[in-house]
Amino acid sequence: MKYLTWTKKHVYILSLSILFLISIVFNKFEQSLIAIALMSVLTILAGYHIFKKAFMDLWYKMIGIDLLVTIAVVAAFIIGDYFEAAAVTYLFTLGHILEKSALEKTRSSLKKLLDLKPSEARRLLDHQEEIVSLDSLNIDDILLVKPGEKIPTDGIIIEGSVLIDEQILTGESVPVEKGIGDGILGSTLLQTGYMKMKVSHVGEDTTLARMIHMVEEAQDKKAKTQKFMEVFSRYYTPLIVILSIVIYFLTKDIRLAITALVIACPGALVIATPVSFVAGIGHAAKKGILFKGGDSIERLAKGNLLFFDKTGTLTQGKPELKKIYTFDYDENELLRIASIGESYSEHPLASAIIDEARRRSLTTHDLPKESELIIGKGVKFKYNNIRYMIGNNKILEFPLKNEVASTIDVFEDMGYTTLIMADPQRVLGLFAIADGLRNHAKKVISEVRSLGIKDIIMLTGDQDRVAKQVSDEVGIKTYHAKLLPEDKANIVKSYQEHHQTIFVGDGINDALALSYATASVAIGGVGKDLAMETADVVLMSEDLSKLSNAIKISKKVKINMFQNIIFALVIVSFLMIGVLFKKVTMSMGMLVHELSVLVVILNAIRLLKHKSKK
Amino acid sequence: MKKTMIQLETLTCPSCIRRIEGTMGKQKGVSSVEVKFNASKVEILYDPSITSSDDLGHTISNLGYKILEIK
Repeated sequence: MKYLTWTKKHVYILSLSILFLISIVFNKFEQSLIAIALMSVLTILAGYHIFKKAFMDLWYKMIGIDLLVTIAVVAAFIIGDYFEAAAVTYLFTLGHILEKSALEKTRSSLKKLLDLKPSEARRLLDHQEEIVSLDSLNIDDILLVKPGEKIPTDGIIIEGSVLIDEQILTGESVPVEKGIGDGILGSTLLQTGYMKMKVSHVGEDTTLARMIHMVEEAQDKKAKTQKFMEVFSRYYTPLIVILSIVIYFLTKDIRLAITALVIACPGALVIATPVSFVAGIGHAAKKGILFKGGDSIERLAKGNLLFFDKTGTLTQGKPELKKIYTFDYDENELLRIASIGESYSEHPLASAIIDEARRRSLTTHDLPKESELIIGKGVKFKYNNIRYMIGNNKILEFPLKNEVASTIDVFEDMGYTTLIMADPQRVLGLFAIADGLRNHAKKVISEVRSLGIKDIIMLTGDQDRVAKQVSDEVGIKTYHAKLLPEDKANIVKSYQEHHQTIFVGDGINDALALSYATASVAIGGVGKDLAMETADVVLMSEDLSKLSNAIKISKKVKINMFQNIIFALVIVSFLMIGVLFKKVTMSMGMLVHELSVLVVILNAIRLLKHKSKK
Repeated sequence: MKKTMIQLETLTCPSCIRRIEGTMGKQKGVSSVEVKFNASKVEILYDPSITSSDDLGHTISNLGYKILEIK
């Protein structure tokens, strides 16, 4: 059966079904020789692959469902139950074919990702453009990508500025702006612009390939519930075999004994958990949420205490200049000189000043003289023969006036980090810098509360005032400030005893805290290898609202899984009782068995249709 | 020791896992077999001086599973 093509398969099923229908009609009347011949043909046609597998099972000394069905069918033939034999093989075969296409559907999300992979690239060699297949690409090749084309592989932009749709990897439909020096990922779509890129990863090393690999691993990683079910079914089948032997010796009723055999494989029960997980993991991956396995889903679903890291998780991790306050000095001129002074600094606060100067198109090409960086204080430099200093109050060479100090106070109460700019005599102005909240941060906090998260706690290495400001703004009541990475881990640990904790971080320096939590979530996973490896759940994009989606999906999967298990258990017990009281015939047992497997798979497929708010 | 990954057509019944793992585990030169049910893949670690990935693939198709790809 397996080696027939689809059309042949259709013909195969159709002819089996016609034979089966005729068999039913014959069965209503009398058992003529024609009827027996017809049913035998159907049994052999529908069952030869079952018998083949059964023979293999015997050969390798294993007990599988195929062997049990074969024994039952042979026994039915011997006792003259030709219709039952034919019906059982037919239903078993038909059931398997239907289950196969239903199962393919639960795994289809991944296949779609694979199908979206481009197959060719435009390679530039000595200014000549040639179309080559992806397999022949090498690292450091220069490629040309035109608008509307898929980026062939991972690399770095060396020419052009473009808009890229990274939805395939991040689930994020808003295109991202990229320019020279930015990393780009294979299979993402170049929306507008024209660019040259240098290849950095090919084949199995690309982000898409690794992501697909991770999803595959995740789908086959067994969760606790699933392991239990497998152990259960391992003992269940031999138990039923023994039971049917006992039944035979007690009642001498071979029909009853073989009927018990037919229902021996608890198909629906075995498949109940994995199908839900596979569908859930696949569906989530399409939305840019990577679950590391069924157990990650289970653990995320039961979380009731949520920890947020502040910088880079609730906030963007990119400080911005929010306010400039000057003391009798021109604002743009102050910003221009400050930006020149910070030219050599790599501090994030410095980049906030430089970015703002650039945004206002101030000319900052000049370089500072006698520039001196003092760690923990700021920077001193000379420009146009005047000495300047930017930093905190420790860098000043004179005591702060009350007027300046109170302005700084006001800024800090607003949650801003303040940089002071001064010449040797007086303070010229203040720069108030803040790390902006991520979009949706506030909405996500209220959403997760409605999803059964009782407490939310923010952890940060930042100053108390900044922490208070951010937590007030997003609506988190409890926060801990001035923490070192190990402090964060210890706090998570201290709650671990009475709570199921979820830690959400950007995965950069919170690996320790991530590992202590019941479930860990890393945000902005694309390109962050460490975060992708440590966390249970990776949100591929920087969009925080994916968090509530992830929790929602995990809960849906868990409910789906429980529905499946309970349904399967009910069916199994119903069948057992029915068989023992002789209310269930062999073919009916097979019918119910196959139907229950289909129902379980179809229930899991519902997970693929779960809509998440955009 | 060499590792081969054999991609099969969609596996349907979890008993396939035991059938394939059981059978392949008993082949000469095979040191470990793992069936990834949901990905429908078989990963086999074997000694290339005793057997080959083609031989192993042949045994699997004899069991009644269609092979899509051998890596």
